[in-house]
Amino acid sequence: MMSQVFLSVALALVMLIFFTLIRALGGPTVLDRIVGVNMIGTKTTVLLLLIGLVYEAMPMFIDIALAYAFLNFIATLGACKYFRRSKRAHLVDDPATEKELPA
Amino acid sequence: MNWIVIILLALGVFFFAISTIGILRLPDFYSRLHAAGKCDTLAATLTVSAIALYNLHDLSFGSVLVSWKVFFIVFFIFMASPTATHAITKAALIVGVEPWLKKGGRE
Repeated sequence: MMSQVFLSVALALVMLIFFTLIRALGGPTVLDRIVGVNMIGTKTTVLLLLIGLVYEAMPMFIDIALAYAFLNFIATLGACKYFRRSKRAHLVDDPATEKELPA
Repeated sequence: MNWIVIILLALGVFFFAISTIGILRLPDFYSRLHAAGKCDTLAATLTVSAIALYNLHDLSFGSVLVSWKVFFIVFFIFMASPTATHAITKAALIVGVEPWLKKGGRE
């Protein structure tokens, strides 16, 4: 019973990852994409733990999830540092719609 | 025991869904960051706590050790996710992402 619960939670998380991918792919600014990738990384950490529970290989997947959480944090900080250095970040893909804020 | 795990998992998935809806629907960058920063931290904390609690259902030295590492992941996410959100906000302020104001509103 609990295995089915974990499997359904994992499927819901995969669906939510796809919805977050919309923002990560098509976000108007670069920083939106960084936020989307950060959220996908958090969901993936939980998903790895759930995979470990379903396949009953928890001591292996716990290390993978821990490494993924560290890597996600470091990657976000590195990307932020990079865009703070460059004073002219390429904020919007199309410069014509730069001032057009969504209502 | 199992029902506590199921309730924590359901609450975690609910808050993950809330944060996903927030990041898709909110109008500007800073409010999207507001949805992403807090709801995601709470949802990950709830879900990973449920996994650590379920892992303790057979008490042995190995499962206690694994649950201890899972709780370390909870602690790390609880520390790291708001820090990452703060770093992204600071980078956005320096780069110059404009906040969304009402018409005629002032900063």
